[in-house]
Amino acid sequence: MHWAVITAQQRPARLAVHGDSAEYEGGRKALILGKVVLVTGVARQLGGRYVRRIQRDPQVDRVIAVDAIPPEHHLGGADFIQADLRQPTIARVLAETAADTVVHLDVTATALGSGSRTSVKETNVIGTMQLLGACQKSPTVKRLVVKSSTNVYGSAPRDPAVFTETTSAKSLPSGGFAKDTVEVEGYVRGFARRRPDVAVCVLRFANILGPTAETPLASYFSLPALPTVLGYDPRLQFVHEDDVIEVLRIASHEPARGTLNSGTFNIAGDGVLLLSQCARRLGRPTVPLLLPAVTWAGSLVRTLGMTDFSPEQIRLLTHGRVVATTQMRETLGFQPKYTTAETFADFARSRGPGLLPPEAVAGAVDRIAALPFAGGHLPTQSAN
Amino acid sequence: MADAKVIPFDDDRSRGSAAQRPPRRRSAGSRRNGTESPLVREVQPLPSRPPAQDDVPVTGEEEPPEEARDDSGPGGLERRVAGGLAFLRRRLTGDYEVDDFGYDEELTDQVLMSLLRPVYEKYFRVEVKGVENIPAKGGALIVANHSGTIPMDGLMMQVAVHDHHPDDRHLRLLAADLVFMLPVVNELARKLGHTLACAEDAERLLAKGELVGVMPEGFKGIGKPFSERYKLQRFGRGGFVSTALRQGAPIIPCSIVGAEEIYPMIGNAKTLARVLGFPYFPLTPTFPWLGPLGAIPLPTKWTIQFGEPIRTDGYPPEAADDPMLMFNLTDQVREQIQHTLYKLLVQRRSVFF
Repeated sequence: MHWAVITAQQRPARLAVHGDSAEYEGGRKALILGKVVLVTGVARQLGGRYVRRIQRDPQVDRVIAVDAIPPEHHLGGADFIQADLRQPTIARVLAETAADTVVHLDVTATALGSGSRTSVKETNVIGTMQLLGACQKSPTVKRLVVKSSTNVYGSAPRDPAVFTETTSAKSLPSGGFAKDTVEVEGYVRGFARRRPDVAVCVLRFANILGPTAETPLASYFSLPALPTVLGYDPRLQFVHEDDVIEVLRIASHEPARGTLNSGTFNIAGDGVLLLSQCARRLGRPTVPLLLPAVTWAGSLVRTLGMTDFSPEQIRLLTHGRVVATTQMRETLGFQPKYTTAETFADFARSRGPGLLPPEAVAGAVDRIAALPFAGGHLPTQSAN
Repeated sequence: MADAKVIPFDDDRSRGSAAQRPPRRRSAGSRRNGTESPLVREVQPLPSRPPAQDDVPVTGEEEPPEEARDDSGPGGLERRVAGGLAFLRRRLTGDYEVDDFGYDEELTDQVLMSLLRPVYEKYFRVEVKGVENIPAKGGALIVANHSGTIPMDGLMMQVAVHDHHPDDRHLRLLAADLVFMLPVVNELARKLGHTLACAEDAERLLAKGELVGVMPEGFKGIGKPFSERYKLQRFGRGGFVSTALRQGAPIIPCSIVGAEEIYPMIGNAKTLARVLGFPYFPLTPTFPWLGPLGAIPLPTKWTIQFGEPIRTDGYPPEAADDPMLMFNLTDQVREQIQHTLYKLLVQRRSVFF
């Protein structure tokens, strides 16, 4: 495995979590020279990409990558430490490495490999608690970045059409990943109160898509036919994984002039796509089902363990969710490279054509247009 | 999907002056097609053409009997079909845009408005007055009375603004949360540009310079018994006034006559309403006794009068938190609507003509 080779050649002895006082030397020196960034959740593609990217920044001296399982991808020159966030070991890792920036990416909706929902929830909530506890005791930590999700707003018909960072959800998420994020953010707020000297940045990401993104929505869009809720056409917003990496970078460094990178920010690409539009652009037919049927089918496949089509996922695909990104632009000073539509186009390219590729549909319409028609009859398909 | 991104939706340049209004109403759809679709780009701009050919066949069900229109000639027919096909192509490939609220301008202009227009023109024969009181640009809040058991008045007001305003403004209605809970209804409402009646959405729309329509009476107005027709109910808590004040948007009172009589509500099955989760369940002389036939509204003659705008930009910013001022302004708007209603009722010859 790559990580083993890399860590071995870099700092072989220091990484065993043993806690020699001599080992602090490296950390201290690093603190003076540059930043030591500790990243959790690196076994995922997103974490791996972020670790590889952040090492190229000149002000970063050392990157410590933490996850419960070894990553399958390489981590560049980062030091990998295998530690389960749910265990108190993370406190020792933090103390020994003397990290000054902690980037918590291990808040995820789905398990990596064959984990159950329970273990995901534990990693999200207990893992965050352990990490925050470790941060609170650490004198070196100066900056904390937490990956959250716009799931915290829930999706309900009584909600305003566009959520800002200060909008409180009308109906708090009752369970699943959405509830995890609400709880994680609660603990992070508590930490920020207790350690006002630490700059805390919570990034609420809209649905992350991209060629390598491994989110529930990405697997939903990979289905050959998309089950939708009859009579609802939710508004969706996406953020490209490249933009995610970039905004995480902005949040983990000192803020640029005129910007502020502590606080809570919604991160999403410009614009909105309706689910029907997504399906058409992706070229996948939709299967509209009645809401009770969708709920029932969702719980059935969940019970069978086929896929994690969770209730909050169904709510998102029923009522949709759009967030305002004014704070992201004006306070954080981040301009996403990809709009929602461009993100989706990039994702669609990586997934290959569906059953009804848009090009073929457009070609069919063009052929009808090219026909020397008699009587001027149009195809009697409904436009919507 | 690149070409749809440059759809010049709200441009004024291709749009004629007020003198051209009557043809625009029917031609808006195909003229847009004419300027945006590659298939018909080479054709003449439509204002120079006779208006009758401009009806765009958008969907199968409302395809006009084309053979009947012999004045358009083969060129016009071809263009119309090409425009329709370009529209169909964009729809089927998802190549169109919606705004943050889910407003699908293209679908509204070309399909939903043409579905509502026959009801507006032929069934209720709506007469619109004072459309010049709606500003040409910038945010404004239209406040109207609410009646008729089913919110037809909001939709008709939307058609009135869409078809009669010389600057092609679109009314963004604020709707009750019930609308967004019902399947199909919520989807159509979002695509028509409606959004939830809450201060956040209203302020966001006004800040974007949109024309926002609100009916502050809410369910109290729409679900009131027939005996109380044209008596304005309480205007909520006057939240619309503070929203307009915060954005400095003028308030335009609007009085709608005719909607009260479409479903004369003589009773309210409260238990049934509670079971179904509706705020009221109307009993009219025909509904539900005649079944679906009883759900056909009475063909009343409507008048929609937009009143003089009430300016709100002269107040200091803290005025939005002054309850006394809120109540006064709310009363002022309410009285103006009520007076106009009485005036229009006196002028009205009959309910149906």
